[in-house]
Amino acid sequence: MNGMRSKNLQRHGLLILLSVVMMYPVLWWISAAFKSNEEMSSPSLIPATASFVNFIEGWSAVPGYSFTHFYTNTFILIAGVLFTTLISCSMVAFGFSRLDFPLRSFWFAIVLMTVMLPNQITLVPQYAMFNGFGWVNTYLPFIVPHSLAGGIGGSFFIFLLVQFIRGIPSELDEAAKMDGCSWFGIYFRIIMPLLKPPLVTVAIYCFLWNWDDFLGHLIYINAVDKYTVGLALRMMIDTSSTAPWGQLFAMSLVSVLPSVLIFFLAQRHIVEGVATSGLKG
Amino acid sequence: MGERVNSAYKLTADHRKVRDSGKKIKSGRRWESPLAGYLFISPWLLGFFLFTFWPMIQSAYFSFTEYSLLEAPQWIGLDNFNKIINEDRLFYKSLGVTFWFVFASVPLKLLTALLVAVVLNRKLRGMHFYRTLIYFPSLVGTSVAIAILWSNMLGTDGFVNKLLSYVGIEGKSWIGSPDTALGTLILLAMWQFGASMVIFLAGLKQISGELYEAASVDGASKARQFVSITIPLLSPVILFNLVLQTISAFQMFTQAFVITKGGPINSTYMYALYLYEKAFGRLEMGYASALAWVLLLIIGAVTALIFFSSRYWVFYATDGGKSK
Repeated sequence: MNGMRSKNLQRHGLLILLSVVMMYPVLWWISAAFKSNEEMSSPSLIPATASFVNFIEGWSAVPGYSFTHFYTNTFILIAGVLFTTLISCSMVAFGFSRLDFPLRSFWFAIVLMTVMLPNQITLVPQYAMFNGFGWVNTYLPFIVPHSLAGGIGGSFFIFLLVQFIRGIPSELDEAAKMDGCSWFGIYFRIIMPLLKPPLVTVAIYCFLWNWDDFLGHLIYINAVDKYTVGLALRMMIDTSSTAPWGQLFAMSLVSVLPSVLIFFLAQRHIVEGVATSGLKG
Repeated sequence: MGERVNSAYKLTADHRKVRDSGKKIKSGRRWESPLAGYLFISPWLLGFFLFTFWPMIQSAYFSFTEYSLLEAPQWIGLDNFNKIINEDRLFYKSLGVTFWFVFASVPLKLLTALLVAVVLNRKLRGMHFYRTLIYFPSLVGTSVAIAILWSNMLGTDGFVNKLLSYVGIEGKSWIGSPDTALGTLILLAMWQFGASMVIFLAGLKQISGELYEAASVDGASKARQFVSITIPLLSPVILFNLVLQTISAFQMFTQAFVITKGGPINSTYMYALYLYEKAFGRLEMGYASALAWVLLLIIGAVTALIFFSSRYWVFYATDGGKSK
């Protein structure tokens, strides 16, 4: 029994060490946001004099705009993307998993192939197309592809939902069909309510990936007025000759807050989502 | 409860099998819902043709043209590809940097992820807490925020140098010197092994504990068990992670763009960065399209190589060794 306990103690030791190594930069980052610029190179995790001045000054560091504006922009973009993704991907996934139509497996194979397709290959023509539509400096280059079950992670989400729907016993929809329910009715009244857990997973990933999608935002959004948080942060680095590190840390810290919040609220779904998508294939 | 769902699922699977086999006998198969089917997948189908298939054709066409976006593309045949292969030193430079990055960061990341997953795959009080802390850096993944943290941390006045000075090592700007800049990006990629780790963890949970018990009864050491049980049974998951990580590492962009901007003296000039520069910096859209196709071919070839090699190292257990 004693041996067991000392072994467990060893394990805890190892895990604590690992956690410290992993979290040290993050903890330092948090404390640096409260530090003064003179203190910035100190590895200490506790600021000598903590103050919110970095947050206050950083919030309006971009001339003419405050970060409130950039957050509003980003949330508008993501709300549009999220809403359209949930509807389009669940519909398409329902089609692939429950309906029987010619070339179904062929199209589904294409879905899987596009998961792995590097987006560089469509970057230039897509830009030319959206530029031609006059969509540069709007959020349409993000929202329209997502509303057609594409965009960042679109095919992955279809795959994830298909996997889940396949696990729902089909007696349910067959019974509904007997009662004269249409396909749309089955999708909307029977499958949709059962899809809540994977849809939460999809929503989380869709949020996280779009929040961090830097290249897309960089290409399609040039006007500061439309900037997302990521672009605003980069502008803060590039415009000042000496980087105001304290403000940068403060603002970047705030910028990851939504992701962190979502992570802690829905951790279970993240892990499950990765696990099912990774292994049931 | 779980048992019941399972058997219900099995029942429907059997039912489906019977139904499908019945259909196959009939020549000229009839589909149950062809119209509804296409209606439901129509958003994806439309999106695929509009935003993937058509752009791919266009991109293939652009790669044989000179195209500045402002004027119509002009056919120049194989000139772009000729130039890439025979004259373009930046192409080779960026390709070299990218290969270094991929071949260093992917194995290091996967190895870390695997080892940590093994450590985390135990029943221990507070495991949930440890797992969260270790996953945390991956959560903020590819964001600009992390790039900012990294560029300060490993700069001349960063706290890393201060820590090193305590043990008597003289620091330098790790990001500012050409021989270490790429290393800092590799380190950053390594730090964010969380996604792979979670997938490994899920795989490890599928391996039956009985196998390990039997092995320890036979006197196999922990290391031996890891090599002879864990690695083979996990090899399909390793393959999955390897392919996923390799493909995404080839496209690395944000961090190189924000932290080092490709420098110093192009030592972190990633392929995706070069492509971006050509397309949106100099508006050489035709040339950039050609670069994109070369990248696709390279990624395709490397992926094919991984799949080909998997025959020799991926082990598919017939019944998965899953505990009942």
